[in-house]
Amino acid sequence: MTGRARFGADYNLPGQLVGRVLRSPHPHARIVSIDTSKAEALPGVKAVVTRADFADQPSEFIPAGEMMMNYKDVVRNVMAREKALYEGHAVAAVAATSVAIARKALKLIDVKYEVLPHVIDVVEAMRPGAPLLHDDLFTAGVEPKPDKPSNIAKRLEIKVGDVEAGFKKADLIVEREFKTAPVHQGYIEPHAALATVSEDGSVELWTTTQGHFIVRAHCARLLGLDMGKVRVTATEIGGGFGGKTVVYLEPLAIALSKKAKRPVKMVMSREEVFKASGPTSGATVRVKMGATRDGKFVAGFAELKYQAGAFQGSPVQPGTMCAYAPYDIENVHVIGYDVVSNRPKVAAYRAPGAPISEYAVESVVDEIAKKLGLDPIELRMMNAAHEGTKAAYGPKFGPIGLEETLNSIKKTEHWNTPLRKWQGRGVASGFWFNIGGETSVSLTVNEDGTISLMAGTPDIGGLRAALASVAADELGVPVEKVRPIIGDTGSLGFNFLTGGSRSAFSGSMAIVEAAKQIKSELVARACKLWEAKPDQVEWKDGAVRPLGALAEKVKPMTIAEFAKISGKLGGPIGGVGRINAQGAGPSFGTHLVDLEVDPETGRTTILRYTVAQDAGKALHPAYVEGQFQGGAVQGIGWALNEEYIYGEDGKLQNAGFLDYRMPVASDVPMIDAILVEVANPKHPYGVRGVGETPIVPPLGAIANAMENATGIRFTELPMSPPKVLKALTDKGLNKA
Amino acid sequence: MAKHHIEATVNGDAVEFLCETEETLLDVLRDTLNLTGSKEGCSSGDCGACSVLLDGRLVCSCLVLGCEVSGRKIETIEGMAKGESLHPLQQQFLKSAALQCGICTPGVLVASKALLERSPNPTETEVRYWLAGNLCRCTGYDKIVSAVMDAAAVMRKG
Amino acid sequence: MRYEAPDSLEGAVALLAAAQGEARVLAGGTDLLVQMRADVLDPDLIVDIKKIAETRTVAEEEGGWRIGAAVTGAELKEHARLKKVWPGVVEAANLIGSTQVQGRATLGGNLCNGSPAADSVPALIAAGAVATLAGPRGKRDLPVEDVMLGPRKLALQKGEMVASFLLPPRPARSSDAYLRFIPRTEMDIAVVGAGVSLTVDGAGIVTAARVSLGAVAARVLLVPEAAQAIVGSRLDAAAQERLEAAARAACRPIDDKRGTTEFRIQVAGVLARRAALIALDRARSN
Repeated sequence: MTGRARFGADYNLPGQLVGRVLRSPHPHARIVSIDTSKAEALPGVKAVVTRADFADQPSEFIPAGEMMMNYKDVVRNVMAREKALYEGHAVAAVAATSVAIARKALKLIDVKYEVLPHVIDVVEAMRPGAPLLHDDLFTAGVEPKPDKPSNIAKRLEIKVGDVEAGFKKADLIVEREFKTAPVHQGYIEPHAALATVSEDGSVELWTTTQGHFIVRAHCARLLGLDMGKVRVTATEIGGGFGGKTVVYLEPLAIALSKKAKRPVKMVMSREEVFKASGPTSGATVRVKMGATRDGKFVAGFAELKYQAGAFQGSPVQPGTMCAYAPYDIENVHVIGYDVVSNRPKVAAYRAPGAPISEYAVESVVDEIAKKLGLDPIELRMMNAAHEGTKAAYGPKFGPIGLEETLNSIKKTEHWNTPLRKWQGRGVASGFWFNIGGETSVSLTVNEDGTISLMAGTPDIGGLRAALASVAADELGVPVEKVRPIIGDTGSLGFNFLTGGSRSAFSGSMAIVEAAKQIKSELVARACKLWEAKPDQVEWKDGAVRPLGALAEKVKPMTIAEFAKISGKLGGPIGGVGRINAQGAGPSFGTHLVDLEVDPETGRTTILRYTVAQDAGKALHPAYVEGQFQGGAVQGIGWALNEEYIYGEDGKLQNAGFLDYRMPVASDVPMIDAILVEVANPKHPYGVRGVGETPIVPPLGAIANAMENATGIRFTELPMSPPKVLKALTDKGLNKA
Repeated sequence: MAKHHIEATVNGDAVEFLCETEETLLDVLRDTLNLTGSKEGCSSGDCGACSVLLDGRLVCSCLVLGCEVSGRKIETIEGMAKGESLHPLQQQFLKSAALQCGICTPGVLVASKALLERSPNPTETEVRYWLAGNLCRCTGYDKIVSAVMDAAAVMRKG
Repeated sequence: MRYEAPDSLEGAVALLAAAQGEARVLAGGTDLLVQMRADVLDPDLIVDIKKIAETRTVAEEEGGWRIGAAVTGAELKEHARLKKVWPGVVEAANLIGSTQVQGRATLGGNLCNGSPAADSVPALIAAGAVATLAGPRGKRDLPVEDVMLGPRKLALQKGEMVASFLLPPRPARSSDAYLRFIPRTEMDIAVVGAGVSLTVDGAGIVTAARVSLGAVAARVLLVPEAAQAIVGSRLDAAAQERLEAAARAACRPIDDKRGTTEFRIQVAGVLARRAALIALDRARSN
């Protein structure tokens, strides 16, 4: 706003060194030897680290965002050990007194590689005989257990009913295969970390992250430190979307600082962000659905093959869970494969896995609607999940808002506006289950009655404002009197990271807990002060109030009044909420898009876009709308222009914002947002997480609109102009 | 090679600094003058997070060398507010929730200010095309564009 | 790395001619700085030409227009008369990058960066622009289509730099247009670029034309066959088809991350036709 907010790269310490990373130029190679002697001898170089500086880690799976990761893989991703597994894989790092010297030092490190054949595409990586990334990776989830290693890390499935029987009942079966390319979260702020290690070995680290407690855990583990000795401050974060839930630079900065005995600051270039941080999976998805002639879905099958990157852990599991979640289908069978290939290890990207599988299902649903001559909204309404529906992946839904979102879209002027030639309209629904998780907040009442709110989940978009309004409501103070900050790891109990659309949901629950403590403490103090019994006193509307006869003797007292005399009544007033939030409510959304195709060039223009999504209760409506709009535009980019482009040599060709084409302001119209509120009964305010669902429906909605505009069903994303023009030309349609 | 000694004006203040030939204006602002409000998103002129005004002209500071600004006038985000009072654009951005993570905001504000200085009554299309060089990944641009147009209306009134 | 900012053409030429290592001219810096940052270029000497008056002026000259090599796209856009006479050249310069980039990018830099996808070059070639070079042996003129020989290959000799461009005098009822294909609405490098300049007579017949295509070959092309296809016509449907076919026939594009060969060929024809129609429309009202 004023330029004063300090993001990761805005922190500096006196005497700090510049840290830079040497990265593999090969997508797959054995690292035969690393000679850092010339770099170490260069004046101005104060430390060099390689695999030799990081102890190997035994295999252990831990949660990271909504996925699982393994420390054995984490240490290897942070610094390559036996092999370089993708172009951009970190092989060494230096700390020097200037950028120029650091760059020179990297050029002086002599790495001997034995280049190996590489594989990028997921289907290619699954073939027997494909270049093998890990000789100790055996496919989990298959019986009998395989005795040969492969690139298929895991096979998983969910099964409900009997899809074969279901297909036999179907009057119409549609089967399609879809392909999506890897896409990056695209945060504008590159990764940045500043570490300083003191003589006693304690570490202070500033990093741009969605989960500073997670960073602390990873760094402590990788460097063999006690967690209590590692203090991590989450700086303001310039976008994350899931991509900043893992560590890249932090362990390197700490290791360098320890060796150099000086602070070390590391910032990724944009090229490094694309080449060395985790985008999401590219995937191949096959969907087969059966429906009766009046539109009832009787069977849903899907097979998902997701790229994990160099180490296992793609979001194929949430992908399988979400694929059919918007629908009440008796027979569902979804199989998922987690497959490694020579690309950066994937990281979470907003509703990880769900946009891919739901794009495929929503496209087939649209095709069913067309073939049966049914309205696409009506078809979805007929099959929509509602309260009481048991989702294929397990839980029974409580009250949910899918039907409300479908109805809202149907009522819009947008839906009812006629279209012209070469214009198309598409609709799609989407789902994300949201999580709760471990959360700690503290509320402190200051002597002047203002409230300090400390939360522990980094604020990636309006969280502090939302939590401040909850605290203000709970304590009956004006919101301007609440000052929200995000505390470092030394100041609060454990906080799981910001992700899973959890921070407002669980943060607000924890605040309610903390506020309860404050309120009961104030009631106890009032009793002491007024010499009253608990039943003569109540907290109401921001004050402790005397009841009955007592009301004639004493007046109500506000927080501020208690704060003034807190010393006399027992000391500082505060409350701490430490919870493991449960009861997160899923958020359903339906998107509607109009677009126009230029048949002579294949170029697509988005004309109009409406989002309807269930927020449960919008704590801060403007910020909720902002989430809807931001996710929708990410989806537009994913559907039309964004993709990782690899050459035959396994190297990334578009590692910059010039050729990795995210939507710019002139590419999109205003995004209309309809806030549906079906309260989540498990949350004191009815809140549902909202941050992730918005990216789920756009892929399907836009693909469906393209079909409506051109008559052609595109089953490969992105639907970029060369692909669209070729498809139109093949059908002789490329005339205005 | 000795460093260049440069004198310029930044946000109305006279400044003096030393820089290497290859240092950009962005490097100088952030690392030498400690004005970290301008951000580095790409170093290739593709994201606009480093936008500043150079003699009133909107430019990417990552595409200007520090040694090119001798005697020139530079305006950054830090100079947009006048003491305690925020610029109408800044006020409107807050009111309209036109920022989420905030990393693109300094660049967007500087760019928007440059637009409204030239075109006090822009259409939505004009705003969008003017801001095409300012990438935002959080907002989808909707509230940014509304905020710029609303601020323009406020500024036209007086 | 040395930085010099001479205030005369002779001074700049002397520096460039005497340079021992790699020397680069700095105008807007929107290509040079990016390449330096990406470690693609590591010049020993940078010669900033923006203090040289000849490179910074826009003036009418013998019925035509002389534009300094270091005049920015944004400055061209603010020049009302130039915009009226040469809307295609001005709009092409203002499609480069973003508003921020247009605040610095120059015609000279766009040409001398040596990219066949440069936006302003097809418009300059269609306009019949001539580049005035300054070098150790004095000044010489070169049609713009002869300056860029291939990717990053220029016809400039050591010590030479582009000082300015001369746009020829405009007969009545003349105008130009530049169109490019990009997948987004802004910010992309042209996948195909088409510049058309033409003159019509009182009866609406095209009496002269020049057609130039960018990003479809190793250099920006002047396509005489495409111009011949429409001269003598009213740019009716048949002439448009001939124009498209001639444009497509001239293309020798590559497959790359921005477009396939067949895509570029196909779209080149479409854009040539559309640009010609816009130029015609503008010419009729001139």
